[in-house]
Amino acid sequence: MSNLLKIAARNLLRYRRRTLLTSLLIVIGMVAVLLFISVSGSFKNIMIGQFTDSILGHLEVHRKGYVAAIDALPLNLNMQPNATAKVEEALKQIKEVENWSPRLKFGAMFSTFVETTSIRINGIDPQREAATLPLLAGRISPKPKAGPLLGKGEILVPALLASGMKVKVGDTVVLVTTNRDGSVNGKTFIVRGIMEGLSGPGGRDGYVHIDDARELLRIRDAEVSEYVIRLKDMARLDAVSKELKQALGGLTDKEGRPLLEVHTWADLSPFANIARMIDVLTLFIKIMLVAIVLVSVMNVMIMAVYERIREIGTISAIGTSPGKILSLFLCEGLMLGVAGTLVGTVVSMILIYALNVWKISFIFGQQQTVVLSPSLALGQVAAVAGTVIAVAAIASLQPAWKASRMDPITALRHV
Amino acid sequence: MSLVRAENLSKTYRIGDIDVPAIKGVDFAIEPASFVCFVGPSGSGKSTLLNMIGCLDHPSGGSLKVLDTDIATLDRRAAARFRGENIGFVFQDFNLIPVLTAYENIEYPLIMVQEWPAEKRRKQVLRLLEAVGMADQADKRPDQISGGQKQRVAVARALVSNAKLVLADEPTANLDHDTAYRIIELMRKMRDEFGTTFVFSTHDAKIMGEAELTFVLEDGRIPDGAGKGESPHV
Repeated sequence: MSNLLKIAARNLLRYRRRTLLTSLLIVIGMVAVLLFISVSGSFKNIMIGQFTDSILGHLEVHRKGYVAAIDALPLNLNMQPNATAKVEEALKQIKEVENWSPRLKFGAMFSTFVETTSIRINGIDPQREAATLPLLAGRISPKPKAGPLLGKGEILVPALLASGMKVKVGDTVVLVTTNRDGSVNGKTFIVRGIMEGLSGPGGRDGYVHIDDARELLRIRDAEVSEYVIRLKDMARLDAVSKELKQALGGLTDKEGRPLLEVHTWADLSPFANIARMIDVLTLFIKIMLVAIVLVSVMNVMIMAVYERIREIGTISAIGTSPGKILSLFLCEGLMLGVAGTLVGTVVSMILIYALNVWKISFIFGQQQTVVLSPSLALGQVAAVAGTVIAVAAIASLQPAWKASRMDPITALRHV
Repeated sequence: MSLVRAENLSKTYRIGDIDVPAIKGVDFAIEPASFVCFVGPSGSGKSTLLNMIGCLDHPSGGSLKVLDTDIATLDRRAAARFRGENIGFVFQDFNLIPVLTAYENIEYPLIMVQEWPAEKRRKQVLRLLEAVGMADQADKRPDQISGGQKQRVAVARALVSNAKLVLADEPTANLDHDTAYRIIELMRKMRDEFGTTFVFSTHDAKIMGEAELTFVLEDGRIPDGAGKGESPHV
């Protein structure tokens, strides 16, 4: 085998410029794909992180039908104490759950005593919410120093509403809402901060303490609209979602249907489609790489066979088996693929390292320095490298097969 | 037992709709360790005959046995194996592999065809390099040596796997007369040293005189029905 590789390597070096150009094409293709995967992956992770770590969490639990009617924030579809107890018990049992936060959501009238408008409010447990959504504090202006995100009697106002109604931090505002029974109640709040808006569900909501929300809605029990859940490892999302669904499956309504629903962040955010589009783009870039490798290696190998017809005739005449001739040309194609892959991987790693050193940052909402941190998993590199090497082998197969089937007399007569 | 025996051997090529007979019912025998030459003008069928003896082509009719094997029964793979084990080739254009040194060219059949162990291989290649007088050029590539030296390497390559029969189709056609003569001398010396049968074709009158047995081919036939001269073991 080593002799076969040695001869194949020498044959490749016989046409140095051609071999170099083909390898260069493979290297460029590899670098383009690996850079795209790492940068787009980093961008995707940052974007997903913005949603999961500041609004949605990784998973959410609602009463069945709540998400379908979420625009109306229906109080009659809140989870009742028996359900909340079951959810919290299940969440305590699942080891992959890092934190969770209950929310009580409702619609209200927001008044500055001069102007009034409608607002969507999340009643939150500030400490649980901060632990479940670590980027939430970063969306608040001014940034909260020590202590909870907000205290009782305080409100976080969405930026669009604050600018429209000229609300400043420290102002007193009034929330007026109607509870499930139809009675109206109001309460004054001090503006603790302005919330940066973010597209998607909950991106333009205001926040108050959950005790204030219960007081406004005149709810005595531990009623909850949704649970936001943070996992220790997001890669386990689907498995935990399944486990949670199973754990909550026993809770049914009068008709025997499941009472609760579990949604992943992707079910709730339109950004999931953009993330899928990035994956599709990556796939197309990979297809382009396959095409580049296929065409360039096949071209080189067809030329190699054509230029060495007499040589093929000679080695065939002296008794080299068709299988060995096939192996020889396959080795040449494979070596081209392997060399291009190795150099391409090394160049990509260097460029990715450089991108991390240079720290390319961009502004995302109030996040002034969202830094791209491109990285590659070993599996991603192995998948791309394996594809390139396999395609190189496939591209060599036809010319190698042709060489192995060549009639030695015809080949020896070739001029 | 003859090394090669042909009886009423014929070969016809089909070109388009026309059958073109290249060999028309020839009979001959070649004995072991002989030094045999096929002569004849261009198109007389010398190369066709050597190709059939070398299991590169199948007869259209008659019988051709090489080392008691009817070559018509060999398929592509079996013919390659038979060639690798028993037959060496020397070509008019030397046909050395340009990326390999003289040493590696000679070693090639032992690696790619017979898979000899490394040490045995090394000894055999050095022995052949010494025998053909190319030991001091072992590391040179074909483009670094002369035509005569290339043909010496080709002879060594043909002999390296202990072939019983070496076929040389016009081995001196691309060499000047002195070099051609030296190559024929070398081939005869190799025959004496290794006991290998050499069969070559030529149309050079002086070279053909060096053969011990000469078959004259004319238009695909051997007119006098036998070779001129005498094979040492006939």
